[in-house]
Amino acid sequence: MPLPSHRLLSGRLGLWWEIFYRFGPPRWTLYMRNNWAGKRLVIALPYLWLVLFFLVPFIIVFKISFSEVRLAMPPYAPLWEWISEKAIDVHLNLGNYLYLVTDDLYISSYLYSIKVAAISTVFCLLIAYPMAYAIARSSPATRSLYLMLIILPFWTSFLLRVYAWIGLLKSNGVINNTLIALGVIDEPITMMQTDFAVFIGIVYSYLPFMILPLYSNLEKHDFTLLEAAADLGAGPIKSFLRITLPLSMPGIIAGSLLVFIPAVGEYVIPSLLGSSDQLMIGRVLSDEFFANRDWPVAGAVAIAMLILLMVPIMVFQHFQSRELAGAK
Amino acid sequence: MAERRNDNKREPWRDPGAQAYVQIENVTKRFGDFVAVNNVSLKIYQHEIFCLLGGSGCGKTTLLRMLAGFEPPTSGRILIDGKDMADTPPYERPTNMMFQSYALFPHMTVAKNVSFGLEQEKLPKAEVAQRVDEILDIVKMREYAQRKPHQLSGGQRQRVALARALAKRPKLLLLDEPLGALDKKLREQTQFELINIQERLGVTFVVVTHDQEEAMTLASRIGVMNRGEIVQVGTPSEIYEFPGSRFVADFIGSVNMFEGRLIEDLPDRVRIHSPELGGVVYVDHGISSAPGAAVWAAIRPEKINISRAAPASTAENCVRGIVKEIAYMGDLSIYLVKIEAGKMVRVTLPNIERLADDERILWDESVYLSWHSSSPVVLPQ
Repeated sequence: MPLPSHRLLSGRLGLWWEIFYRFGPPRWTLYMRNNWAGKRLVIALPYLWLVLFFLVPFIIVFKISFSEVRLAMPPYAPLWEWISEKAIDVHLNLGNYLYLVTDDLYISSYLYSIKVAAISTVFCLLIAYPMAYAIARSSPATRSLYLMLIILPFWTSFLLRVYAWIGLLKSNGVINNTLIALGVIDEPITMMQTDFAVFIGIVYSYLPFMILPLYSNLEKHDFTLLEAAADLGAGPIKSFLRITLPLSMPGIIAGSLLVFIPAVGEYVIPSLLGSSDQLMIGRVLSDEFFANRDWPVAGAVAIAMLILLMVPIMVFQHFQSRELAGAK
Repeated sequence: MAERRNDNKREPWRDPGAQAYVQIENVTKRFGDFVAVNNVSLKIYQHEIFCLLGGSGCGKTTLLRMLAGFEPPTSGRILIDGKDMADTPPYERPTNMMFQSYALFPHMTVAKNVSFGLEQEKLPKAEVAQRVDEILDIVKMREYAQRKPHQLSGGQRQRVALARALAKRPKLLLLDEPLGALDKKLREQTQFELINIQERLGVTFVVVTHDQEEAMTLASRIGVMNRGEIVQVGTPSEIYEFPGSRFVADFIGSVNMFEGRLIEDLPDRVRIHSPELGGVVYVDHGISSAPGAAVWAAIRPEKINISRAAPASTAENCVRGIVKEIAYMGDLSIYLVKIEAGKMVRVTLPNIERLADDERILWDESVYLSWHSSSPVVLPQ
């Protein structure tokens, strides 16, 4: 679905979001069509950015993941060495990847990360959908206000907001103290260092990433379709299931991926709120890198995670292209 | 104007004992301070094609949406088949609607769109499939059953929308500007198809349109609306030949209007003195207004003769003027003639013969305009 050009001028908060999450070039680039050099430049800039700050680091990490650990600076053996003028000695070490598969820690961390991310995504969706729907159905004036409120938390540091949750959830925190004062409970409930706290942290932090793509989808829905469904005998629930839900699928998928993908690699929230018994893969990665100083294994963990996340990204791509093919 | 075949047989509105299928009783709809529909009462009978005709913002669509149940009336009652619809939500009404935008479900195929309503009735699958085929046959869209709406042209979408609205065999079909999005040729063709389908299925149609030609072609009766009120209800020819007010006369077709004063009012003859015309208008049918009252004489452009020589018959109304503008439309020509009193009069002439240029009345020629005394309509307001 291409961006309607008038929205570029409307100055709504949803706009920048939409540009960001669709990665589509805005309409004004069409103006560049007659300007050959300008057009190239506009296209080249994001490519250059991605090559410099994604592809090059990725290749470096990929390279490190095949080397051996060594007590040196940097702490890994080079992948190849010139042994004479004409001969090159290549050490390709697949052991790091083998290690990931054989050690339970990694597999269980991956599985646990996926489980936490999946459950958080489902809760985000359940909370975000009614919110996005309500915003999309409210009057245009209040809509901007609501979107503003959704984005407002970003003005505070992410770390601060997670720390605030510690203050709320801990044994002598706000929630427990209130409940005890009200006489609902006698003993404080243990909420910190549990999966529950991790879910709360992730759902809270990533909710806007679910709401905004859902909103940008739902806002475009044609309300007469629901009238048509009602006219043909479908009650409100039927209409929702057969019309609104299928039509909002692209928004659901986009939002879910935007929550799921970063949640899998989440490091800060489980470190601060979760228990240390079961680690998420982000934590394993950081421990491997900083505590163990085993850069090659850390590299392998990172590469494996990336490959793991490629699957949902490709699913997303598939749906996106199908939607594009289906659009007018 | 397509006269409907069985017009004389089915004019249930002339029968005081006939049971109306739709009864709209003193319905008013307000949006805040704005009165969209103002105290409208209407009776619509079975097998009718009733057209609600009016300009934009006259309340015709609001009235239709109240019939469908999308808007509750602020006051008044709507009865369909004798049943008060006040507490009946749209999905339980015996009506179906064809939307102006068609509102086809973009993620469903043509067949799925059409079967949507039938599936809500929980009919067996085989029967649904059979009825979908049947209705797609009627609108000639069967070979497109597996297409999605965005793969169809405007005319094809219009057919699918009609098929979807008809699939549940509603007793009452509501059509909101059904042909608005089609080009002129396709629109004319579809108008007759709509009438055929309506006669074949025996559905009652309520059509909303701003296009008077469309209303004339489709309707058994037309309800002309203005500012939320029904101004006149009648058959197309009644509305055209005997408009009840200046608004209707002006809205339907074009008309020349002469303001004047009633100087003689007999049962079979009326004389109106009109300074605008620069003389007296003779009308051979009576009206009921007091002598001296301000009235308007309305004369349709095609009922005025234009000639170089003075008309022979003295029974005719006659004025002189000069041709100022000529518009050649192919099938007819429109003349704008400035009469001696200064007013511009519009005259249309069918181009029956191919006239050579010197036989044709041309610009700046002095002409006589005349009309039979049965032609003017006297409008008191």
